[in-house]
Amino acid sequence: MNEKAQDNAGRKTLLQAKGIVKVFGSGAGEVKPLKGIDVQLYSGELTLLMGPSGSGKTTLLSILGCILSPTEGHLEVAGNSTEGLDAEGLANLRRRHVGFVFQGYNLFPTMTASENVMLALDVRAKPVVDPPTHALNALAAVGLAHRAKAFPAKLSGGEKQRVALARALAGAPSVILADEPTAALDAENGRAVMALLSEVAKDPNRAVLAVTHDHRTLPYADRIIRIEDGRIHSDERPKKDGSPPTYASHAGEGGHESHAHAGPASHASHSEPAKANRTTTSEKALGGRYRIRRHA
Amino acid sequence: MQANVDTMPPRAAKAPEGKPKTVKMAAKLAYRNLFHDRLSLVVTLTGIVFSVVLVAVQCGLYIGSERMIAAMLDESKGDLWVVPLGTKSFDDPSLLIGHEKYAVLSTPGVADAEELVVGFAAWRKPKGGTTAVLLVGSDHENGTLKPWNIVQGSLADLDAPFSVAVDDTYFADLGVEKNGETAEINNTRVKIGAVTHGIRSFTTLPYVFTSLKQARMLLDAAGNQASYTLVRMQPDADKEAVRADLSARLQDREILSQSEFRNRSVDYWLFQTGAGSALIAGAALGMIVGVVIVAQTLYSSTKDHLNEFATLRALGASAGYIHKVILIQALLSALLGYSVGMILSLIVIWASKDTNLLIVMTPGLAVLLFALTIGMCVIAAISAIFKVTRIDPAGVFSR
Repeated sequence: MNEKAQDNAGRKTLLQAKGIVKVFGSGAGEVKPLKGIDVQLYSGELTLLMGPSGSGKTTLLSILGCILSPTEGHLEVAGNSTEGLDAEGLANLRRRHVGFVFQGYNLFPTMTASENVMLALDVRAKPVVDPPTHALNALAAVGLAHRAKAFPAKLSGGEKQRVALARALAGAPSVILADEPTAALDAENGRAVMALLSEVAKDPNRAVLAVTHDHRTLPYADRIIRIEDGRIHSDERPKKDGSPPTYASHAGEGGHESHAHAGPASHASHSEPAKANRTTTSEKALGGRYRIRRHA
Repeated sequence: MQANVDTMPPRAAKAPEGKPKTVKMAAKLAYRNLFHDRLSLVVTLTGIVFSVVLVAVQCGLYIGSERMIAAMLDESKGDLWVVPLGTKSFDDPSLLIGHEKYAVLSTPGVADAEELVVGFAAWRKPKGGTTAVLLVGSDHENGTLKPWNIVQGSLADLDAPFSVAVDDTYFADLGVEKNGETAEINNTRVKIGAVTHGIRSFTTLPYVFTSLKQARMLLDAAGNQASYTLVRMQPDADKEAVRADLSARLQDREILSQSEFRNRSVDYWLFQTGAGSALIAGAALGMIVGVVIVAQTLYSSTKDHLNEFATLRALGASAGYIHKVILIQALLSALLGYSVGMILSLIVIWASKDTNLLIVMTPGLAVLLFALTIGMCVIAAISAIFKVTRIDPAGVFSR
């Protein structure tokens, strides 16, 4: 069994991008932020996308989130190809399969936390039993049931980001894409949000990708993809002992197939100590609002 | 140990049970966006209210004018009118040649004929000064056109010699203050025997009612002369056949149907004189001003909330969903503006009830105004929709 097959055993590929190239402008003004990216996101794992400014992270996130169309390449989200889809088709795909968490939270300031979540449900046109309770449950999942009626202006940065996460979760998307989710947060709130993302990523039907510059997020990662100059530079999983990952500059020409070389052995086996460590961190980060249940 | 970790809130909500239903938040978002910026809302509502009041008053004046012009015709019950050739309106009278009533009565299919004598006269005020009036003489016993809305005196009082009825709206113009006062018409002393309320004239010349006989005398008309002869047909008579027969019998006169005479009168005063066109232009101007103000404020509101609309788009909202939010904002503005505008319009109408201006609000006009206000706000929303259509959802990542 090769490393990739072993590593992804039992997990579904929820997002698959092949040969993604993006070109903005033309002629002398042409900019090519992505020069051939292959990436797959698997269910049940939190992937961090890291790289220096201008490396193409946000453009890649926009394409993976079906907000931008690639100039070249092929993208499938939850088994649905984006090829030939117009703006409405892409919106429909986002609505059904993608949840977003933004750096600036992007909550609706005139709506309460609960209403922000319900608005996302409305946008998704997803029928649910008792929408207010559904929204409350989504907020409860991020430890904010008690702030359901608060407007964003009355929430702390960490609380806002958790509402944003609840909003993303409410529609039960296959893929959650987070853009610098901790950038605007202090250390404690940053840890809390990453702990939540990590918990969310445990869903066997969901993949989470977070673009980040923040090295404090590393302990929560199941997988770390590093991008440089529009190409994947490395695609690694943290070491078994939970120590920070090392970046292997092994990507070949164009970064293609980089994930094929990535990696440690079984996710389940290597992640156990790290997860145990994370759980403790998240408990602290959430200020004891969560009861963490362990099952033998 | 298998790490199966759940996050549990301190107050876990109960799992909902029942039939799934879709969530409806577009209206709430539109409402909150609208009320979030109170100043913008006030500006928007001011624009709509201004438009509604302006259009209501202009249209009310138009309807009021039409009613004033056609008041005598609407009170008269008949099928055909024999009028002097070239008559422009009821208020533009001249005398027929004479003997028309008998010619009419001898025409097959005619049941009855009623003569009206209408003419300009000089009214000499009790305390001096003269003003022009329009004297209307009719048969108060058997005719259909009689003074109505009598508030002082009675119809029977008009049977007395040289007795006339005037409208209290024109007391100041006529130089009188109450029933029973005397004045002179064409140098003949008359006494006010009855006072009506609300019979206003579009030409601003006060109507003065009197009997047919006295009108003939005051206007120096012959005993067989009238200004108009109103024809009532037998129930089974063919209107066109009777009209053709009357035309043949009464050369140099015109035979008009009730609606033709009404339309001719209204058309003359409202369109040939330009008065109605001015009212319609005023109403149109009100609409244009309303559209511009509402469009400007909605566009501005949309710009203020552009990041939110981009977020909605990024979350997967269809263009239709976002358009719906903007349109609901426009419709809420329309509803609020219409409600306030109608209240103000009714106050204006109430305040003008005792003046020479007749401003009318009818259920039909209220419905029309509502439709116009909705239409105005929807048109105004188009600019905001164009703005939103160009949103790049990728912009949410740069904020």
